[in-house]
Amino acid sequence: MADWPILTALLLVPLFGALLILSIRGESDQVKQNIRYVAMFTTLAELLLAVIMWIMFDVGEAGFQLVEDHAWIGESIRYKLGVDGISMLFIVLTAFLMPLCILASWQSVTRRVKDYMIAFLVMETLMIGVFSALDVFLFYIFFEGGLIPMFLIIGVWGGVRRIYASFKFFLYTLLGSLLMLVAILWMYLDAGTADIPTLLDADFPVHVQTWLWLAFFASFAVKMPMWPVHTWLPDAHVEAPTAGSVILAGVMLKMGGYGFLRFSIPMFPEASETLMWLVFGLSMVAVVYTSLVALVQEDMKKLIAYSSIAHMGFVTIGIFALNPQGVEGGIFQMLSHGVVSAALFLCVGVVYDRLHTREISRYGGLVNIMPKYALVFMIFAMASVGLPGTSGFVGEFLALTGAYLADSRVAFVAALGVILAAAYMLYLYRRIFFGALLKEDLKALRDLNGREIAIFVPLIAVVLWMGFYPKPFLDVINPSVEALLRAHQVSIAAPIADPLDAQAAEPALDDQ
Amino acid sequence: MPDVLTVLPELILALGAMGLLMIGVFNQDKSFGLLNWLASGLFLAAFITMIATSSGRVTAFGGLFITDDFALFMKTVILTGAIFALGLSGQYLRERGIARFEYPVLIVLAVLGMMMMVSANDLLSLYIGLELQSLSLYILAAFNRDKLRSSEAGLKYFVLGALSSGLMLYGISLIYGFSGSTSFEAIAAYGAGDGANAIGLIFGIVFLISGLAFKVSAVPFHMWTPDVYEGAPTPVTAFFGIAPKVAAMALFIRALIVPFPDLVDQWQQVVIALSVASMVLGAFAALMQTNIKRLMAYSSIAHMGYALTGLATGTIDGVQGVLVYMAIYMVMTAGTFALILSMRRKDGLTEDIADLAGLAKSRPALAAAMAILMFSMAGIPLLAGFFAKLYVFLAVVNAGLYWLAVVGFVTSTVGAVYYLRIVKLMYFDEPNETIEPLKDRGIATVGFVSAALNSPLHLVLIWPLTVAAGVAAQSLF
Repeated sequence: MADWPILTALLLVPLFGALLILSIRGESDQVKQNIRYVAMFTTLAELLLAVIMWIMFDVGEAGFQLVEDHAWIGESIRYKLGVDGISMLFIVLTAFLMPLCILASWQSVTRRVKDYMIAFLVMETLMIGVFSALDVFLFYIFFEGGLIPMFLIIGVWGGVRRIYASFKFFLYTLLGSLLMLVAILWMYLDAGTADIPTLLDADFPVHVQTWLWLAFFASFAVKMPMWPVHTWLPDAHVEAPTAGSVILAGVMLKMGGYGFLRFSIPMFPEASETLMWLVFGLSMVAVVYTSLVALVQEDMKKLIAYSSIAHMGFVTIGIFALNPQGVEGGIFQMLSHGVVSAALFLCVGVVYDRLHTREISRYGGLVNIMPKYALVFMIFAMASVGLPGTSGFVGEFLALTGAYLADSRVAFVAALGVILAAAYMLYLYRRIFFGALLKEDLKALRDLNGREIAIFVPLIAVVLWMGFYPKPFLDVINPSVEALLRAHQVSIAAPIADPLDAQAAEPALDDQ
Repeated sequence: MPDVLTVLPELILALGAMGLLMIGVFNQDKSFGLLNWLASGLFLAAFITMIATSSGRVTAFGGLFITDDFALFMKTVILTGAIFALGLSGQYLRERGIARFEYPVLIVLAVLGMMMMVSANDLLSLYIGLELQSLSLYILAAFNRDKLRSSEAGLKYFVLGALSSGLMLYGISLIYGFSGSTSFEAIAAYGAGDGANAIGLIFGIVFLISGLAFKVSAVPFHMWTPDVYEGAPTPVTAFFGIAPKVAAMALFIRALIVPFPDLVDQWQQVVIALSVASMVLGAFAALMQTNIKRLMAYSSIAHMGYALTGLATGTIDGVQGVLVYMAIYMVMTAGTFALILSMRRKDGLTEDIADLAGLAKSRPALAAAMAILMFSMAGIPLLAGFFAKLYVFLAVVNAGLYWLAVVGFVTSTVGAVYYLRIVKLMYFDEPNETIEPLKDRGIATVGFVSAALNSPLHLVLIWPLTVAAGVAAQSLF
């Protein structure tokens, strides 16, 4: 139990910052600068809080910690927050990426700075809410509410086709989520509670589980995104401003994987077991197909977007391998991808800010004038490929081990993806950095400035830390994953008693 | 005497309307502002008396009239909506030179009719309330009588409304003919049991529902809505969107739940058909609209479809869901119309959606309020509209009508497109012509209060609303 409500504080700090920014009046450059500073300090304070939360977190404990529980809408829908080994690090990840986003937008966003910063801070609250909510309705509100600021971020500060991209993003996710809402309503009525820890233990009838699983899958697969419902992602990524892409790739995609771990696997164990092949099949297609697509991209951001889909394929394969290595690998890969893809998008942002194009063929030979940038990009490209010593290696290795234990054929196909990843990343790297510096306008480019170095140093540190010494992360993840899988094994082994069907037929709200 | 006490709020409105008329006759149109205030005062007085004299379930005048928690809830929503509507009216009517003293009087009479509808416990009082309301509304629709479109709206509304009243009367006569009574309780007693008596009643119910569906503008009885919405003066349209819909929905609920509890299986199918048709048509037809009032008409059709899904369950939580829905719908609609009334360019009020382009740049506060209301209408979480949908669909899923919930959610995704389009225009596009600053305080107050109520602030208000709606729904069963 927490002595003080740190999770609520985590939710309120960004909102407080947003309100502060809202109260700042004026249009001058000085005002804009002040707004940037307020946003920066708010996110740094949030990061500090997140670190404190990590310290307060009892590593080795499997259940939910730092729980806060208050009645909200009656007794059955509650304001309940809490974290466990699965969710805690995602909150830290969010809080870690946010200051970098603000820093990355320091100069590139000059239009409507106030609205921009407010949207990002509100976004931060909502994302942290998703990972800390322990009530399905609260979860849903955070999960879905995040669409609004992201829609505005893409639509207002995005690129040329931003309107198409923002609508596609919004409607795809909305449709998936609404199907999930039907399932949530059913579960709430059946179990009589919206409390996630209680629902984790609820046994839903097997034939219903399949439907519920598919409804949740509709939402998480879109969010993840899995092939073939991934098509919103390249558009959204390409059109979003750099920091928007960072948040999309770094955090929002993880909500899908987190959803699988929090809902699909523990709540519908039988369905997860039977539909495992659906996930494997789609993931295998995703890994190979999107890697091949990435190979032929002309746009840097699009290439990284497709590589994200491929990497998320590893995550789903790992998670649904349903063994400790696979699940831990999946979570680790999500964290690693959160940092690495965010870093890659920020790298693209660096040259985009200078030359305002993301077309790969416009570059070449950059290593001659931007050596620091080339080094930074190299580190993240290697991390994305999964070079040992970087965070990407640990996640992919664990996920592939898990996949191999579950089914060697899956591991074989997924391993193809690793090779292809090396191919497209190295090919990208060669086209941008190597060769002679022929283009005139490139010769004037400056190398990384102090602000950009300040963005990349923490990212590099984390990537290497996660690569060389992943233990602190795995220690946090491990107990909860073990508990998750133990519970899964138990519910698979024990046949569900039939009386539950009778209970299901009895509507929970009739006693009002 | 106790009978009089029961109808005290209605009496206040009735006598008050006469008083307003007197003042109007003697002072002519220059008393418009005063009458507007007095009418709001009357609504407030009626509300206070209603709360003060409320004492559970009381019937009056031989069972013709009833007050219960359900009536209390619905009347509160209606009176609040009417006060909002009056707050929106002044500036628009004055500018067009139609600020005539009859306007507040007609509004009071219409509200009186609505209160009667909500409290009707007999097919006769139901019809009287409905007609009092409708006649006032016909005149209001044609209030700008020198304008062709306004007269057309009034005439169209009147002709179609008369048709629907005829249908309903025919249904009432059938029900009376078979059951031998017009009292809801007596009809319920007749229809109870094995349903052997039911076939005649079912005919009657179908006609009754047709008439009611016309009043809530459910598909396929929606034809009048876009034209009347577009043609009527905007504050009148706002009033149409706010109060009569709520009253008609209240009537719809009571006239099905109380007299026909044993025929749920029969009328349920009809209501489901109406709701599915309304949701689908409301969502798709609104996509192509360029006039914001027409858009609101289709949006209201869709909203009625969602609300009807709750009624289709025929359960307490279904009705509770509808009540929550109507309360939130009233606030959303009032706010949206306030914002529509503040879309003003140099050459006057605009109704073209495209004129909203770039509003976020020229009028950030207005755009933010509008965006909140649009997201709320689309039912996105964090905003009140989400809970409106949540509660009806909770009841729908509970009743086992899963496919209906799925239809509802799919159509609300389609509906989200046109609400998003407005947000897109305001936030993503460049301004072509600046919207003038708003001067009228009434409109600004209604707009921003409504946006505030729909904003995440609602997260603390939703529980009391739910409880109140639950108590109200309970009193019907």
